[in-house]
Amino acid sequence: MEKNRQKTIITVVGKDTVGIIARICTYLADNGINVLDISQTIVQDYFNMMMIADFTESKKPFAQCQNDLTELGKEIGVDVKCQREEIFEKMHRI
Amino acid sequence: MINFWEVNETNKMVEQENLDVRTITIGISLLDCMDSDLQRLNDKIYDKITTVAKDLVKVGQEIEHDYCIPIVNKRISVTPIAMVGSAACKCPEDYVTIAQTLDRAAKTVGVNFIGGYSALVSKGMTTADEYMIRSIPQALACTEFVCSSVNVGSTKTGINMDAVRLMGEVIKETAERTKDSDSLGCAKLVVFCNAPDDNPFMAGAFHGVTEADAIINVGVSGPGVVKTALEAVRGESFEVLCETIKKTAFKVTRVGQLVAQEASKRLGIPFGIIDLSLAPTPAIGDSVAGILEEIGLEYAGAPGTTAALALLNDQVKKGGIMASSYVGGLSGAFIPVSEDQGMIDAVQANALTLEKLEAMTCVCSVGLDMIAIPGDTKATTISGIIADEMAIGMINQKTTAVRLIPVIGKGVGETVEFGGLLGYAPIMPVNQYSCDAFIGRKGRIPAPVHSFKN
Repeated sequence: MEKNRQKTIITVVGKDTVGIIARICTYLADNGINVLDISQTIVQDYFNMMMIADFTESKKPFAQCQNDLTELGKEIGVDVKCQREEIFEKMHRI
Repeated sequence: MINFWEVNETNKMVEQENLDVRTITIGISLLDCMDSDLQRLNDKIYDKITTVAKDLVKVGQEIEHDYCIPIVNKRISVTPIAMVGSAACKCPEDYVTIAQTLDRAAKTVGVNFIGGYSALVSKGMTTADEYMIRSIPQALACTEFVCSSVNVGSTKTGINMDAVRLMGEVIKETAERTKDSDSLGCAKLVVFCNAPDDNPFMAGAFHGVTEADAIINVGVSGPGVVKTALEAVRGESFEVLCETIKKTAFKVTRVGQLVAQEASKRLGIPFGIIDLSLAPTPAIGDSVAGILEEIGLEYAGAPGTTAALALLNDQVKKGGIMASSYVGGLSGAFIPVSEDQGMIDAVQANALTLEKLEAMTCVCSVGLDMIAIPGDTKATTISGIIADEMAIGMINQKTTAVRLIPVIGKGVGETVEFGGLLGYAPIMPVNQYSCDAFIGRKGRIPAPVHSFKN
C-alpha cells in the first residue's frame, strides 16, 4: 500500500499574505489530494512552506495539478513548486 | 520523512548551483540494419532510430516536470557506422549518405546530437574503416547533429599510428570544410584511446558492439554544486575536503540514478550505466576550474593543479560509486577549455598551457578537450599531440581523448565563439618544433608490457 502511494512535495515561497495555506489546501481538497504533512516558517516576512501530499486519489493528472498550482501561486503572489518525492528520498536517504 | 532543509537543499542545488542531468542518451544497435544495398541500409537505419527513440524527448520532458530537474540534453548513440556501413559503402561518399540519414533521424526525433559516426581502429583499419574516416570532414560539414569519434589505440592493442597520422589530416580537413563557422566541425570529432562502449557524452558517444539492442545511459553533472559545498569548508583539512566532495558526488549521482531508472521504465528500454562525470558548462559557477580554485589554486594551471584534479576526480568516483551500482562511461572530471569559464580565464591569464592540460589528463577522465589552436598548425603536429595523448591512455589503462579545433584563419591571441554549450575559447599556442619524421613512420606502437595479463 505504502509503495503505491504517489507522494509529492509541494513547496511554497513568497511574500506572506492572508490565506496562502487555505487556498492551496482548498485546491488540494477539491481534487482529492490528501495532505500528509505541513511545515512552515516565516523569515523576514517571507513565507516558506513545505507540504507532503498524496496524489494517489487525485482527480486530475499530475502534470495538470502542477500547472494549476503554479497558476494559483501566481494569483496569490508566491512561487509554488510541485515535485515527486523520490528525488529527495534518493538524494538524502541511503 | 523528508524534511524542510533537505527539500531546500535539493532545490537550491537546481535553482542556484546549476545541478542538472546533463544527458539521457539512448544507445541503439544498428547491427541488424546491415545490408549490402546502400539505399536499403539507409532506410533501415532511419526506421530503427525513429522507432526506438521516438518517445525519448517527450519522456525526458515529463521527467523534468515531475521532479523539477533540468535534463539538458536528449541524445542518441549508435553502433559505430564504419561497421554498419561496411557491406554497402564502396567509397567515402557512400558513408556520407549514412551521416545524412543519421542527421535526418536526429531531427525527426528532436534530439540534440547523435553520436556513433565512428570507427574502431585501435590495431588496424579495414578498407571500409578507412573510407569512413576519410568521409568524416564531408560528413561533419553537411550535417548538423552528427558527432564522430575514432578509437585509434588501446592498452591491449597499442596505438595504430597509421590512424593517428590520418586523423591529423582529417581534423585539418574538417576545420577547412567548416571554416565559415570557425571550424565548428572539429568540435564534433574526438580521437580516443581506450574508448568506452557506453559513454553517454558527446562528441564521443557510440553504442558498443558488446551492448544490448537498446540501452539508456545517463550523464550527470554538477560542478557548481561541488564548488558551493567546498565554499563551506575553506581552510579545512584534506580529509574534510575529500569527505565533502564525496558526499556531494553521491547526491548528484543519486539524481542521475533516479532519472535513469524512470527513463528506463517509461521508455521500456533497459538501464545501462550512469556516467559520473563532472561536466562543466560556460554558465557562471558551473566550472571544474572553479572547483580547483576553491580547493586552493589561484588559477587552474598553477602548480598543484594536477594533484588537486587527481584528488577531485578520485573523490567524485568514490562518492558516485556508492550511489549507483552501474557506473560506466568516462566517469571523472571533464576539463574542456571552451566549455568552462574558469579554464578560459586561466588560459587568458597565461596560467594554463597545452602542456599543463596534457599533464592534467593523466589523472582525470577524457583528455585534451575543446582546445582551439592556430589554423595553420600542421597536420603532423596535430597527429603528434594525438599520439602523446593516446600514449598516456595506453600506458595508464584509461580513456584519453583529443578534441582539438584548428581554427582556420585565426591565430594565437584571437578568440573563437562556438555558441551554446560549446562556449568560446582563446586560441592557444602549440609547440612549433616538428615531429614529421616520427609521424611519418608506418605501422603501430606495440601494446605495452602490462597489457599481457593472460
